[in-house]
Amino acid sequence: MSRLTTIRLMPIINVQNLSRTYKVYRKNEGLLSSLRGLFHREYREVHAVRDVSFEIEEGEMLAFLGPNGAGKTTTLKLLSGLIEPTSGTATVMGYVPWKRENAYRRRFSLVTGQKEQLWWDLPAHESFRLHKEIYRIPEDDYDRRIDELTSLMDVKALIDQPVRELSLGERMRMELIAALLHRPDVLFLDEPTIGLDVISQRNVQQFLRSYQAEQKITVILTSHYMKDIEALCERAVVINRGSVIHDGPVSEIGDRFSQHKIIELTFANGSIPGDIHRFGDVLEDRTPMVRMQIPKEDVSNSLSRMLAQYNIDDVSVAERPLEDVIAELFSSESKADDVDE
Amino acid sequence: MNSVANSAEARGSLSWWIGLKWLILRTAIVERFVYRGDFFFATVVRFLPIVTQIFLWGAIFAGDDARQLQNYGYADMVAYFLIVMLARAFSSMPGLATGIAESIRNGSVRKYLLQPVDMLDYLFWHRIAHKLVYYAIAAIPFAAVFWLCEDYLPGWPSATVMSAFVISLLFGFAIGFLIESLIGLIAFWFLEVSSLIFIYMMLNYFLSGHMIPLEWIDNWIPWVHYLPLKYLAYFPAAVLLGKIPEADLPTELATQAVWIVVLLIANRTTFYYGVRRYGAFGG
Repeated sequence: MSRLTTIRLMPIINVQNLSRTYKVYRKNEGLLSSLRGLFHREYREVHAVRDVSFEIEEGEMLAFLGPNGAGKTTTLKLLSGLIEPTSGTATVMGYVPWKRENAYRRRFSLVTGQKEQLWWDLPAHESFRLHKEIYRIPEDDYDRRIDELTSLMDVKALIDQPVRELSLGERMRMELIAALLHRPDVLFLDEPTIGLDVISQRNVQQFLRSYQAEQKITVILTSHYMKDIEALCERAVVINRGSVIHDGPVSEIGDRFSQHKIIELTFANGSIPGDIHRFGDVLEDRTPMVRMQIPKEDVSNSLSRMLAQYNIDDVSVAERPLEDVIAELFSSESKADDVDE
Repeated sequence: MNSVANSAEARGSLSWWIGLKWLILRTAIVERFVYRGDFFFATVVRFLPIVTQIFLWGAIFAGDDARQLQNYGYADMVAYFLIVMLARAFSSMPGLATGIAESIRNGSVRKYLLQPVDMLDYLFWHRIAHKLVYYAIAAIPFAAVFWLCEDYLPGWPSATVMSAFVISLLFGFAIGFLIESLIGLIAFWFLEVSSLIFIYMMLNYFLSGHMIPLEWIDNWIPWVHYLPLKYLAYFPAAVLLGKIPEADLPTELATQAVWIVVLLIANRTTFYYGVRRYGAFGG
């Protein structure tokens, strides 16, 4: 008799009920309250991360979405061992991050928009060489990696230039090289394209996509640029006010959270009917084509009525752009409990 | 793992350790030379106080070479301040505490938490690099000042005293480093430690023997000799000037070593609890 067994891969990142609460000093305005604060301090608790759970399989690239103060960065800080949780557990590659074991620290990298790893006054290659020693990268591997990464990031000619003289985009690419030199198994990227121009953003996106596809490393990416997310990730965890509100495919976010759909209609007689507004908001008028936003629950009903009343050549229904859905979702949420990230 | 493999790994670890320290040193030295003009100027200007000290004590003794103030004649005073200057070249740590506090405040301390490095060890070697560059630049002015003041200096001491003096300078470096790093680490709780540094500098100036020899104040502050501060300035000078009997040198050096251990434990403990408290605010 054959016996069926289900093989379940161990997640490389396992987060269970993770919470982090900060005690924040509440300072009221004015001199009097400052003086009062000398003797009697008022604190409030800020739940930066509240009962967050998720798992990530090896080689996955996960988007971590949320508004400012949602808890994304705090979660990455917890997973990289910078801070300890108030409660809950997490393991990354079997390590508890906040124990900060060297064996763990050799196997991951955190890249944020800040200057993290490079010596400001020295050329990047000085910092890279220091990384080589810190992470015990063999000489020949190091040379190969530098060659490979500087070519991929198109900064080969810049590694002899002091870091302070580089543009933001060039510096971010150097930071990425420093973060990847030791071939981390897990990479945490916190807003890696923040402040970059469109070309630099695309360069970084392309680099990350090809690097991840080739190396099969596990990546958690936070970004406010939905184009980053759509270009790089299939799965997203959406977090707001410290809690997970979605964990699933990026493509499902629109369907799940958007209150509207986008309908494009092309009219056969070359003009747009004057009463079209009663079906929804007109987003774009390119006669004879019109682009409209219609409440999701009314789509089928509105479409059948429009098809019956007007002479329509072409019709298409689409989800709203991810950026709009996320903006709508987060702007509708109260931010009273946010912590400044 | 067999013993051959064990010893190969140990050799590998040792060569890695040496390689890492060398690279930290090398990188910090290269960084130091980026602002070489400013650094050179600051190094030379640091010699001005010793000139004013010599004139000040010259005025106090009013050219009377036979006059003694608590067992110090004019020549002793000049020699004392010259050696104190040398001792402080080892034990003073400009910018260390403020640098640590700043890195905690602005979040750049996270580099040491994310990478497999020990922050204190890294900063220690970084500081050695700074000192080496400082000595390289200051060697000529130091030599010139000592040469000009040669008449005030005692003759060459015995090998025992000279060895004790060198050890006291190196231990002084460690104590100076550990006190300032400890003050810097307090920023995990208070974020801003500039007032603390100001108080420390003031106490240091007075209680380390930087201002006057400690024999002059130990009547009022008898516990001054039990503090680690005396090892930052007074002690090396007292050793070289023969103010401490040779028989007492091992005990004194052992006490200095104990202070290093105590301060190291205090640093480690403060770092351990500080990091647990750390909020990693700022991005």
